[in-house]
Amino acid sequence: MKANTPAERLVNGIIKENPTFVLVLGMCPTLAVTTSATNGIGMGLTTMVVLAASNLMISLLRKFIPDGVRIPAFIVVVASFVTIVQMLLQGFIPALYASLGIYIPLIVVNCIILGRAEAYASKNPPLASLFDGIGMGLGFTVSLTCIGAVRELLGAGQIFGKQILPLADAAAGKMGYEPVTIFILAPGAFFVLAFLSALQNKFKVGAAKRGIDPSNPDSCGSSCASCGNSMCKGKRG
Amino acid sequence: MKELLIIIIGSALVNNVVLSQFLGLCPFFGVSKKIETAGGMGAAVIFVITLSSFVTSIIYKAILVPTNLEYLQTIVFILIIAALVQFVEMFLKKCMPSLYQALGVYLPLITTNCAVLGVAIINVQKDYNILESTVNGFATAVGFTISIVLMAGIREKIQYNDIPKAFQGFPIVLLTAGLMAIAFFGFSGLI
Repeated sequence: MKANTPAERLVNGIIKENPTFVLVLGMCPTLAVTTSATNGIGMGLTTMVVLAASNLMISLLRKFIPDGVRIPAFIVVVASFVTIVQMLLQGFIPALYASLGIYIPLIVVNCIILGRAEAYASKNPPLASLFDGIGMGLGFTVSLTCIGAVRELLGAGQIFGKQILPLADAAAGKMGYEPVTIFILAPGAFFVLAFLSALQNKFKVGAAKRGIDPSNPDSCGSSCASCGNSMCKGKRG
Repeated sequence: MKELLIIIIGSALVNNVVLSQFLGLCPFFGVSKKIETAGGMGAAVIFVITLSSFVTSIIYKAILVPTNLEYLQTIVFILIIAALVQFVEMFLKKCMPSLYQALGVYLPLITTNCAVLGVAIINVQKDYNILESTVNGFATAVGFTISIVLMAGIREKIQYNDIPKAFQGFPIVLLTAGLMAIAFFGFSGLI
């Protein structure tokens, strides 16, 4: 597929450079909000909107932003979009706003967004950057929804709030599924992600080798270019 | 005094930033290979979070609230934090070279640590005053340090274990973190 076409960018974001499973970026929201598939989709789409908008804006401004102050400039652009999205959510989807809570303003420090701004949008034309943002955002949404669905299924026997596994009812003597509540609590997030990335290791997509060690450029694999951490030794040195 | 003690225990142990609120996971996984580096990172985080909760809280109370600009908090906080980290780095380099030697590498990494911004926003949400915000920031950072140092200790031991191939690297660290999170549930009866 030709590089930098909209379709290529979408496929790249969803599969080839999936932000969660391949690049291992943006771990905090990935673990924190995936208590259900619905939350996963909500967080993913919110991030996607911010990512696409900031990528477009940064790409349009790429010739005007001086190199020395580009990181603060990117942060201001991203923070503005996050604030806009936060207000829109608060106004129009208050339920989602309440369940995502503090993780909406924290989209600002999501390394995916700054990473794409630095690695892609600041070097490429607006249309390609916009689709790069949408692709990456969709990839993030897909991963979050998968993790959310697994946790919701094991933790409550539901997916998207629909009862998939009939629950046991001891009083009525009904046999059924006993929810493993720990999966919708904090430790469950770690366990599910651990098993998903072990599965991925098994099939040699090889994200584990990129476990991020910001002080040691060798340990973040070959993905230094797409890494949001501009302070990393590998980039500074 | 009693309220402050509750904030300290609550933020450092019961609602541990890393293990129950999922903030600051990148340094938690990234810099937890050796106990010394984990300790260095922890010290730098304590320093920066305490200072930034103090400063953000003052600016929120003194500038944003009187001018009705609360909705700008995200932008203002992240800029304050980025500037603050730069200042601290320059100050230490100039005035306390030995401390800079010890913390220097970790300081710039902290700007991208979501725990710093997270604590600033939590302080606003919980409506803490300036003293409470600073104490909360300090306690949260202590909680971070406790968990990252424990994690580093466990990871040093894990190196000598025979781990299934698929679990080597990131997955086993996640599993360890999950078990630690269960252990930290034990604190939930404290307050």
